[in-house]
Amino acid sequence: MSFAVDLAIVWAFIIAFAVFVYVVMDGFDLGLGILFPLFPKKEDRDVIMNSVAPVWDGNETWLVLGGGGMMAAFPLAYSVLMPALYTPIIAMLLGLIFRGVAFEFRWRTTKERNKWDIAFAGGSLLASLAQGIALGAILQGIHVEGRHYAGGWWDWLTPFSILTGVALVIGYALLGATWLVMKTEGELRDRAYGLSWALLFAMLGAIGAVSIATPFLHVQYTQRWFAWPNIIFTAPVPIAVAAVTVLLLRGLARKHDHQPFFLSLALFALSYAGLGISMYPYIVPQSITIWQAASPENSQIFMLVGVSVLVPLILAYTAWAYYVFRGKVRPESGYH
Amino acid sequence: MFEGWDAVVLARAQFAFTMSFHIVFPAFSIGLASYLAVLEALWLWTGREVFINLFNYWLKIFAVAFGMGVVSGIVMSYQFGTNWAVFADRTGPVIGPLMAYEVLTAFFLEAGFLGVMLFGLKRVGPRLHFLATLMVAIGTLISAFWILSANSWMQTPTGYSVNAAGQYVAADWLTVIFNPSFPYRLVHMVLAAYLTTAFLVGAVGAFHLLRDPHQAGARVMFSMAMWMATIVAPIQILAGDQHGLNTLEHQPVKIMAMEGHFESHKDGAPLYLFGWPNEAAGKLEYAVGIPKLGSLILKHSPDAPMAGLDTVPRENWPPVVFPFWSFRIMVGMGLLMAGLGLLSLLMRIRGKLYDSRLLHWFAVAMAPSGFIAVLAGWVTTETGRQPYLVYGLLRTADSASPLAAPAVASSLIAFVIVYFAVYAAGVTYLLRLMAAAPHHGEEGPSKDAPARAAGITPAAGAVSGAIR
Repeated sequence: MSFAVDLAIVWAFIIAFAVFVYVVMDGFDLGLGILFPLFPKKEDRDVIMNSVAPVWDGNETWLVLGGGGMMAAFPLAYSVLMPALYTPIIAMLLGLIFRGVAFEFRWRTTKERNKWDIAFAGGSLLASLAQGIALGAILQGIHVEGRHYAGGWWDWLTPFSILTGVALVIGYALLGATWLVMKTEGELRDRAYGLSWALLFAMLGAIGAVSIATPFLHVQYTQRWFAWPNIIFTAPVPIAVAAVTVLLLRGLARKHDHQPFFLSLALFALSYAGLGISMYPYIVPQSITIWQAASPENSQIFMLVGVSVLVPLILAYTAWAYYVFRGKVRPESGYH
Repeated sequence: MFEGWDAVVLARAQFAFTMSFHIVFPAFSIGLASYLAVLEALWLWTGREVFINLFNYWLKIFAVAFGMGVVSGIVMSYQFGTNWAVFADRTGPVIGPLMAYEVLTAFFLEAGFLGVMLFGLKRVGPRLHFLATLMVAIGTLISAFWILSANSWMQTPTGYSVNAAGQYVAADWLTVIFNPSFPYRLVHMVLAAYLTTAFLVGAVGAFHLLRDPHQAGARVMFSMAMWMATIVAPIQILAGDQHGLNTLEHQPVKIMAMEGHFESHKDGAPLYLFGWPNEAAGKLEYAVGIPKLGSLILKHSPDAPMAGLDTVPRENWPPVVFPFWSFRIMVGMGLLMAGLGLLSLLMRIRGKLYDSRLLHWFAVAMAPSGFIAVLAGWVTTETGRQPYLVYGLLRTADSASPLAAPAVASSLIAFVIVYFAVYAAGVTYLLRLMAAAPHHGEEGPSKDAPARAAGITPAAGAVSGAIR
């Protein structure tokens, strides 16, 4: 039995990893869509699109792994969370459709290009907002009876979930802006710098607001973070956030190419760790633990074999694809 | 609004709608990815420019179609949870790992190499680029393997047990994966995907031959497509027949519905060609049939007895009219495909493959035949296994999420509006790409690739190019 317990934790980390890789990889890519309206010039938009055109598809595959992997490893959690988050999930899917097709469609038409630019920006914004709202809705707790979701179809909508929605939009926009700093040149890069500054402060405000609001949701969150001796383990998180922020400000001030992007990712990683600390050991907060939701042992072992061989391989060839398209994107060398 | 509606019916409508829009793209891209791999291999091998022109021509089309397949596919992977939560909870331990393996072995492979395939020829060189194309093509086939295994398990579940929570649990993974209908369904679907692509490629080739019989690219693609039609369409009819026999063994009620056999036949069942299934009356009206042929095809003996739906409790009947008619549409398409294949062979032997306007018009008319056949085939198999979602175990009516009807109705309306808007645009762009003929110095989706293939002609090409 102790073996089964270990497996549930292993799988919780695997799913958390898949979702995090998704947030890291599709985050900047959605962020570019959010920033799109701020770059009205066609040449700039072409460069922005081309900076992710070869990789966006792989980025979104992590979302499928997060969803599919959850159905396989924690079917009970999947079957409770999805109906509970019905509206945000559907909104996210529709947003992803609009922005996904825009990658190819906007090159296939001159007359309607503007329409697909709007679809790219609007779809990215909608998908990001929906993901953030879903996160907030999970954190604030979900009404479960037996093995089913027992709430209504608007339960997800609260001031807190709107806050997390806006926070994620800001975070993705920061990733997008710092990505542009890394991948572009000249005037476009300068504008991305300016945006990075503004977005960094907005992001810090958002992290602060969510951190302050979360302990008020449930007394368990408060105890998790502030009770002795937990605080020994939780205190390093905000301290690390402060340290990364200082480095990030310095990187921006010195106009570094790569540092701002990777340090923004570090901010995401720390926020994500914070979420993990709040939620553990629940997969549906306050209702279902990872052990209650876990698939039978033989399902988890069967997949573990595949994951341990294939995920390193996937990371390797994904890294290769990024390596092939490394360096600055120039207008004249557009992929389209 | 929608309070009086049945949430399960709405959820089924939504799944059928989103699935139907989705399936045509993978069906097309499985075949097209393999075709692109063949074209690039031929280019590397012979160095003939026409192959790289055709490769770039179809690559642009692939990029658009693949993108549409990806985004509509993400919808499917979440819909199991949003709309079919009970199904997800009960079958997740069995179906989930199969789909997780699809993501790990196929989706990442496709997505990881797609960027290089679309935009990277100049950056990585022809050989590595061919490897990327090959990986994408193999990825589409691996994807078909896993998703058809999962679907087949729902049709013919084996190798499972049930745990205390009521979940289906794998007792033996090999028996789960290689369940009885899987090999038949896999072969039938992959051939269908190849034919779908072949008939579209053939139609585009024929369309340009009608304008200019000497168009180099059009000649090559038309000839290649017609070889596929000649050889693969008859094989597909054979594979379909075998799949049908397998269905008779494991899902006899589905066959009864497909054949319109409401009544049992003690000494030889007829093959009904047409008719109107009247479920309420339990009979096939206006039936036109050939006596004893049904038994001959399904049991290989004209006098073999065959049970009808009258031996099945009514609550276990599928909605007969769907499998009955969709099956006939699929078979009709299959016969037309084989007919075109035969005609093209005849014209090829007579040396009129590139000049027969009749043949070309026929081929143009057959452009959507593969898509129609695929959709009709899926309607047959999916409605034919009703009222079950997992055959004999879990009823569709018991599988849905506890959602209010207005929620599902709203999402269904949203999907309909968005899909029609997005897909109308996508299909317009695809048709526009196909309306232009492949030409000398055809560019891929990437300006990064050289305008002229000669700039990066592989070494082998340089040699054979000289003696061409």
